[in-house]
Amino acid sequence: MRSILSKRVLTGVSLSTVAALTLTACGGSKIESTDAADSGDCGTFTIAINPWVGYEANAAVLAHVAETELGCKVVKKDLKEEIAWQGFGTGQVDAIVENWGHDDLKQKYIEDQKTAVSAGSTGVEGVIGWYVPPWMAEEYPDITDWNNLNKYAELFETTESGGKGQLLDGDPSFVTNDEALVKNLELDYQVVYAGSEPALIQAFRQAEEKKEPVLGYFYDPQWFLSEVELVKVDLPEYQEGCDADPEKVACDYPVYDLDKIVSKSFADANGPAYQLVDNFNWTNEDQNLVARYIAQDDMSPEEAAEKWVEANKDKVEAWLPQS
Amino acid sequence: MATTTMTGSSTRTTPRRRITKPLAVVALLALWLVAWTLLRGQDMLELPRATLTDLHHWLNDVNDSVGASRNSSPIFLYFFNEIRAVMDALVTFVQGFIAQPAYGRPVPVLGWLGVVALVSYASWAFANWRVALLAAGGFTLFGLQGLWQESMDTLALTLVAVFVSLLFGIPLGILAGVSDRFHRLITPVLDLMQTMPTFVYLAPLTLVFLIGPASATIATLIYAMPPAIRITAHGIRSVPAPPVEATDSFGATRRQRLTKALLPLSKRTIVLGVNQTIMAALAMVTVAALIDAPGLGKTVIKALQTTDVGTAFNAGVAIVVMAIVLDRVTTAASVRAEQGGGELNPRIRRLLLAGFGLVAAVCSYLSYTYLWASEFPDGGQLGEYLSQGATTVTTWAQHNLADLTAAVKEGVTIALLNPLEALLAESPWWLMGAVIVLLAALIGNLRAAAVAAVCVGLLVGSGLWNASMVTLAMTLVATLLVVTLGVVVGVWMGRSSRADRIIRPVLDAGQTMPAFVYLIPVVALFSVSRFSAIVAGVVYAAPVAIKIVADGVRAIPESTVEAATAAGSNTWQTITKVQLPMARQSLLLATNQGLIYVLSMVVIGGLVGAGALGYEVVAGFSQGQLYGKGLAAGVAIVVLGIMLDRIARAAAQRSDRAPSANQT
Repeated sequence: MRSILSKRVLTGVSLSTVAALTLTACGGSKIESTDAADSGDCGTFTIAINPWVGYEANAAVLAHVAETELGCKVVKKDLKEEIAWQGFGTGQVDAIVENWGHDDLKQKYIEDQKTAVSAGSTGVEGVIGWYVPPWMAEEYPDITDWNNLNKYAELFETTESGGKGQLLDGDPSFVTNDEALVKNLELDYQVVYAGSEPALIQAFRQAEEKKEPVLGYFYDPQWFLSEVELVKVDLPEYQEGCDADPEKVACDYPVYDLDKIVSKSFADANGPAYQLVDNFNWTNEDQNLVARYIAQDDMSPEEAAEKWVEANKDKVEAWLPQS
Repeated sequence: MATTTMTGSSTRTTPRRRITKPLAVVALLALWLVAWTLLRGQDMLELPRATLTDLHHWLNDVNDSVGASRNSSPIFLYFFNEIRAVMDALVTFVQGFIAQPAYGRPVPVLGWLGVVALVSYASWAFANWRVALLAAGGFTLFGLQGLWQESMDTLALTLVAVFVSLLFGIPLGILAGVSDRFHRLITPVLDLMQTMPTFVYLAPLTLVFLIGPASATIATLIYAMPPAIRITAHGIRSVPAPPVEATDSFGATRRQRLTKALLPLSKRTIVLGVNQTIMAALAMVTVAALIDAPGLGKTVIKALQTTDVGTAFNAGVAIVVMAIVLDRVTTAASVRAEQGGGELNPRIRRLLLAGFGLVAAVCSYLSYTYLWASEFPDGGQLGEYLSQGATTVTTWAQHNLADLTAAVKEGVTIALLNPLEALLAESPWWLMGAVIVLLAALIGNLRAAAVAAVCVGLLVGSGLWNASMVTLAMTLVATLLVVTLGVVVGVWMGRSSRADRIIRPVLDAGQTMPAFVYLIPVVALFSVSRFSAIVAGVVYAAPVAIKIVADGVRAIPESTVEAATAAGSNTWQTITKVQLPMARQSLLLATNQGLIYVLSMVVIGGLVGAGALGYEVVAGFSQGQLYGKGLAAGVAIVVLGIMLDRIARAAAQRSDRAPSANQT
């Protein structure tokens, strides 16, 4: 008896649910199948996205222009530098749109394997160096000269630095001569490897907030500099060739001309997307603006790019293929 | 394997012999300390950051030559490329089904309504009502968090990785279950697969299988397959002898013995293997995102670039929820597999199966046809709250707790970590190596000592001896903290089922929340330091230790505890005199597992200031010319793991035998 009853109840419940669902459905709009959009002569354009916001700014603007102006189908792949370069040879990556030096990779992929070629400067200049939080530069004005660093070494001592001053390094992807510099400039410091960019940023952020001393490796352009304006410490000036022997470096880092690298086949095909990448050129201010939209104003890269492109039609015009 | 000393200890002279052992250990340690003060800082085998040994160069060359042969070698053309094609096709198919626009449609085949309905239906059909509700709630939550598509991408990749893991893992596990020789052969391979840091093989994988879903899936299944193999083998091996013998006595063939006796009897354990495989696959979500794996991992990594803790946390919660849902469903399914369907009348159940099947089918059809059932309406409000909440808590903590946490960090570092590191890393390598081998012989057995000797040799050979010792010091301190937490919280949970109910979900979260999510908060509280790395390891490893201890304490027969209480023991006495000694096995297991889990976080530690091996692995992943060194560092982590595991096991075996010898 009970089982028959519950059976009826359950059948009723199922049927009425089905009915209810079917009824409510009638109000909705149906899904129309889309015809694959004709991508014109541009075809697919694959950009590697290296993991930092400045890079993302370059890529987002390029992708936006390629999609709206050239009708390309843009594919973005999130990859670290090494793996992105590898992708040139396998035809899986068309372009890297902000490259910091990487002479070893240029040797390997441009000279030896001949799978990549340079597509010129992005117009953005990259500066690498040692930085302190702004409060320190104010309180100890002479700290920005490396000659005075030993005087302040004690300030920078931490549990990690073995009785010396701590020099904080970040993500190992970046070029660093810091151990050699400390040794060759006879500084009473110990390099401590934070190991990642977020850890480095967090260390600087807290140092400024709580007025704690930190000396660390950093770089410009970087969105964080518009949150906390780190002050650069001047090392002995860079001269051509002074960093030739990594063991004997005793000078500052060179100013990097951040360039674009594309795959050989992409360049040879010389399609509209390649011409766009080749022509692409803007300034540190432009990139910082887009990076700030992304990092601080919480815009998606697409929104940020659209906003910037709207406001800078003339610059974008100059990048478009002439035909 | 029992050595001669062991068999000796079961005689009457046991007590006297057992006193000499600890004495010998103390004497060894004292001798070491004396030698250390005299020889400190000699032969430390330090290797500067940018310096490579010949081995590291050679490994670089091997890596390069693999890349160079990509387009010519037949292994690539006919083997790797085929595997890649199949994997890519599988993932793309599942993605087109639930995650990505496909087949000329702007949306996937199944929308959110269909997925939620099917998942709930399957959970109910294979497990029970309660987990079906949990599954429905959990999956709806992804939509409310504004992460529906990302979650489905993650689910798609996880499903394929798990499917392939099981496809190969279960047969291999069965083979390892029935063949001792194969079992011995495959165990070290599985150890390697589980402890080798993923960062080491990500870059080579993209070289072999290219950038894309195939590489991400293969990276995932390298880590996820071992549990399937191990647990299946374990299941087959622990089938009791009588039923198998009975089958044999009926003249069953080997095949029949397998299908009629071994497999059905180990069904529940095998389902548990499925469960562990799913958990392991989900643990790889964020790391795989480093090579463009789609899904929640990408959200976490992107958020990290702008140090956006809130967004990373939101995505982390989705991963935790997915893990908890899949865990509870598969666990309940394994219980059902063993105990059968429960109280429902089979006829009614059949009717219900059909009825709810119909509902699920209608939902699927709706989500195929109508936009409202396909794309989750109102995305992300809840996600906003979650991420704002997480940001607020983190900011509050770093403003109000930072002084306290800094003091803790200083205290542990100065009192414990620095002295230990000085002792391990500043001893001459030959002294340290000798101490390790002798210690293995004293607290373990000769076999463990032999393994330890080989491991010491490998560590020296890797060129990273000094870094290994620094990492070892951190690992030991972290393990100490893990075991302490394991005992304190584990006993509490074991004694109070209410505490258990409240704490267990927190432990699940600690185990499945991707470490990348809490990198920034950890640095905020403990700054860039080795202690931050230790904290990350403890967050991940303590839950396992706590769970094992809690289960051990609960497994003690109630009558024993009652007898102690009746005899007038107070709570403290009951715990220290009865419950802890009786849960000894669990304590040992908790220590062992805690250690392995801590080691698996060494690389994450490298991202927050641990330096040493963890940093070398990260650097090797980031820079081509350091690849060989990174690989060597990865191997060194594996070697440390094997060494500590074998010594701990031998010590456990030995102390197992001691008390039983006492009782005879």
